[in-house]
Amino acid sequence: MKKDFLNYINKANSFFWVSSIVILFTLIIILLSESYGLNLVSTSFTKVLGKTLCLCIVALAMDLVWGYCGILSLGHFAFFGLGGYMIGMWLMFKRTKNIVVESTQNNILPLTETEINEAVGTQIFGVVGGAEIPLIWYFADSLLIHIILILLVPGVLAYIFGWLAFRSRVTGVYLSILTQAMTLALSLYLFQNDSGLRGNNGLSGLQNIPNLDEFSQAELSVWFLILSSLTLIFTYYICNLIVNSKLGNIITGIRDNETRIRFLGYKVESYKLFIFVITAIISGVAGALYYPQAGIINPAELAPIASIYLAVWVAIGGRGYLYGALIGAAFVSLASSYFTGGQIPNINFGIFTLKWVDWWVVILGLSFVITTLYAPKGIGGLIERIFRRS
Amino acid sequence: MNTFLKLIFQIFFVLIFSNPLHASESNNLEKVLNNNFKLIIKSSSRTIEPVIEDLLNTKSTNLEEFLKRWKNKKLYYVKKSKLIAILKQKNSNGYELLKFSDKTNLGFFKKKEIKAIKPNSGVRSKISNALIGFQLLNDDPKVRSKSLETLTRKFNAKYLIPLKNALKKENNPDLKKRMSELLVFGTIKYSQNENEKISSLNSLKGNMSIEARGTIASLLETKLYVSNKMPNLPNLARNIIPDNSYKNADGSSDKPFFYFNKKPEISRSEAIELLIKNNFLKNYITPSKRDEILKKNISNSHIEGIPVEQLNSNDERNNAYNLLVKLGKAIPLKSNKEIDDVIKSHFFYAVYKEKSPKVINTAKIVLNDINYEVNFYEYLDLILDGLSLASIYFLGAIGLAITFGVMRVINMAHGEFIMIGAYTGYVVQLFIPNHTISLLVAFPLAFLVTFLGGVAMERLVIRYLYRNPLDTLLATFGISIALQQIAKNIFGTQARPLTSPEWLDGALVVNDVLSISLIRIAIFILGLIFLVLLLLVMNKTRLGLETKAVTQNPMMASSMGINPDRINMLTFGFGSGIAGIAGVAIGLFSKVTSELGTDYIVQSFMTVVVGGVGNIWGTLAGATMIGMLQKFIEWFNPSNTLAAQTYMIIFIILFIQFRPKGIMALKGRASED
Repeated sequence: MKKDFLNYINKANSFFWVSSIVILFTLIIILLSESYGLNLVSTSFTKVLGKTLCLCIVALAMDLVWGYCGILSLGHFAFFGLGGYMIGMWLMFKRTKNIVVESTQNNILPLTETEINEAVGTQIFGVVGGAEIPLIWYFADSLLIHIILILLVPGVLAYIFGWLAFRSRVTGVYLSILTQAMTLALSLYLFQNDSGLRGNNGLSGLQNIPNLDEFSQAELSVWFLILSSLTLIFTYYICNLIVNSKLGNIITGIRDNETRIRFLGYKVESYKLFIFVITAIISGVAGALYYPQAGIINPAELAPIASIYLAVWVAIGGRGYLYGALIGAAFVSLASSYFTGGQIPNINFGIFTLKWVDWWVVILGLSFVITTLYAPKGIGGLIERIFRRS
Repeated sequence: MNTFLKLIFQIFFVLIFSNPLHASESNNLEKVLNNNFKLIIKSSSRTIEPVIEDLLNTKSTNLEEFLKRWKNKKLYYVKKSKLIAILKQKNSNGYELLKFSDKTNLGFFKKKEIKAIKPNSGVRSKISNALIGFQLLNDDPKVRSKSLETLTRKFNAKYLIPLKNALKKENNPDLKKRMSELLVFGTIKYSQNENEKISSLNSLKGNMSIEARGTIASLLETKLYVSNKMPNLPNLARNIIPDNSYKNADGSSDKPFFYFNKKPEISRSEAIELLIKNNFLKNYITPSKRDEILKKNISNSHIEGIPVEQLNSNDERNNAYNLLVKLGKAIPLKSNKEIDDVIKSHFFYAVYKEKSPKVINTAKIVLNDINYEVNFYEYLDLILDGLSLASIYFLGAIGLAITFGVMRVINMAHGEFIMIGAYTGYVVQLFIPNHTISLLVAFPLAFLVTFLGGVAMERLVIRYLYRNPLDTLLATFGISIALQQIAKNIFGTQARPLTSPEWLDGALVVNDVLSISLIRIAIFILGLIFLVLLLLVMNKTRLGLETKAVTQNPMMASSMGINPDRINMLTFGFGSGIAGIAGVAIGLFSKVTSELGTDYIVQSFMTVVVGGVGNIWGTLAGATMIGMLQKFIEWFNPSNTLAAQTYMIIFIILFIQFRPKGIMALKGRASED
């Protein structure tokens, strides 16, 4: 009975629990929200919660690729950022274009396409000393193509990188370092002013959704919250499906003993590549939902350290437990923004005052160490142990 | 008798010639002064030029004195007689004046009767320009050197002769050298004499200074022309085909060896502009002109029946305009083909400002020779740059070569050990002001601090995680961010200075192109010392032997009486300690901040991986490859170091695909994991 229950929560039906909790949570927030409810939860906090849900999505991807497939990728936050850039390009272009068209409505001659593009180019790229719209913005006018690009760009990058890396059997630590190098290369590339993505200025004003000007940020924040939770549920469903299928067994096998799976006749590279690419796409989608809520994206977001943080969330939440990844991401990111938000009073020890803003990162870092040393299975492992005892 | 005759003759000679000569000279000056009296007493910088010219042409011996007094506002004139005079004395009788030209006493004047000549600052600067020729002959070398400096800034054709004269008399070797240099540059720029120019150009052979190159390049300056006739000029520089020809440094043109980052000299639109400017393309309606004409013809928000809202594309606007043309309200647009025909039927060419083909040819040969040599030294500089970057990467990675390369521990906090080393250097400098001594103290102290840090970390954390390298990554990452934050809390976010001793400030100057800063050399040497030290420790000491034994097979090693715990602890401490020393060195040339380590950590890991894990020579090879590569990529696009890093990392990622074990792969059993 106990074991059945454990299987019940851990395997197929954890989806039921997770989706119910997420839906319940979303409903409560809507009820308390500024625009549609009792006005107890501010718009900015709704955004924080929506962003946290997006971080949970990328943590799910990380758990799938690391916790189940054993690939410690330090590049998934780069895919997350790429997704953000893809949606950001559309948001920024479309909005600037709308503004340009609106402001020139009283011109004697209506603007030609080239003139509009020139004006938009000066608006967007003036900060990096350019006026021309780079070629990579060719499709920036079309939402549909950019939604496809959100899936395509991280996916193709992951495919190329993964194909190269898995083909030459780069594994373990070396793969981590290689993915980290990839992330660094990407963020350095984006830092350049002539990368065509506004260098270190990044893309900004993303919280304003073009053609939805009549809706307030309070309303939009709730919409994004709903969208994020639906995506999270959908992603959880997909991941759950993968993990509990035969495919899931094979990738867990690859994690535990790659050589044996290879000798059993499976094409290990293809399985790894599949997982790597699908998680990259999930990360891209999460990023595309995250950055319209954050409002700004710049290359610093893609720095290697962000991807390591992602790995740490999953480690704290519990590798190999999908719900663990959710808990880890939500817990650590919310706690971080809580403690560094300056809302908690400092603790006075007489000669020494503990300022949370200053010391939170230290405590966080040391807690990583303690988790790895004493609770290698993370919060997910603790939950499992509690259920096993009861 | 003979001597007596000679003497008589001389006296006679002097009486006859010298005196009248002198007299005529001062007369001459007086004449010029009289002629230009009005301009001298009240002048502007524009009108004074010919006056100064005339004054200089008198070659009077009094001229220098006159100019000096004029400049310092020590000249007066008598209102009535219009004589320029100097003040002898001033007493109760009034002002006693001397006539300037022959110093005859003019007697006493009242204040009302005379006036001081007060040139404005523009005029004064013209006067001081004129004075330079005299200053070059001054007895005081300081004055001469100063006037040379002024001359460098505003050289001009009329200084050629004074400079030449001064050079003949100069006896200070330094000044003589500078004068002859200046004379050569001046001759090239301003002389009218072809042979003089050519010989000056030839004397610049092999001179790589920026001044020399700039002078020759200025001689080879060209001007663009367009014409409907084939140009036939002796000083033609090049024919230009719009969009298709490229300019060389010497003014000639040909297809460059590779097109990277090179733009054609003039584009099609620039060619059109040039044609319009020279009236070869008449009645050309630019798009903006077209739009203006369209706007003028709007009536009732329609243009000849076409609603204005429709005109939102180039084609629509052209159509509307053509309608106007048909109605005779505008001149027709030119089609692209017509414009192309006009471009094709005209000749675009550049002409040297210098007229003489002989001079041009010599200048070209000399400049190309110099540029060839400059290129050679630039390549050498590039290689040295690459080497110094390689030694920095080597320093950053060398500690990691032990902890990661030999022990296979992924230490994400390695960068923070570098940072701790740098901060140790900074703290030591706070207590010991002498930079040399403080550096000597900082090196061992940094080693000690980071060694202890490394030992503590190994004992408390890493030893529990040897079986699981990915977990080490997480735990050490935790330590890394904690250490970084602690450093930020203690030292703040702003950069702290770690000053290098003065004797490391200079540079080893080889020539005008190549100079190597001493700190780069010092870091290179430090890298070499580390390499030797590490090789010695790993290959010649018991610790090295035991380390290898423990990493290859801990069970076997411990059964041979080696204590693996102790060895792991010492090795890890040693690797961390070396990172600390590297930190002091790195802090000397980059800013010491809490994020110092993060800048090096990824590169360091890549260095070790590319070089081949477990091999110190490999780390050296990896660092050399990465450093050189980065500098070479940078060389293609010097303004963009970020791009260079990006492409370098991409190259490394690809490189690892083809040599997953790095440049120097371990062979045999030790490599199997």
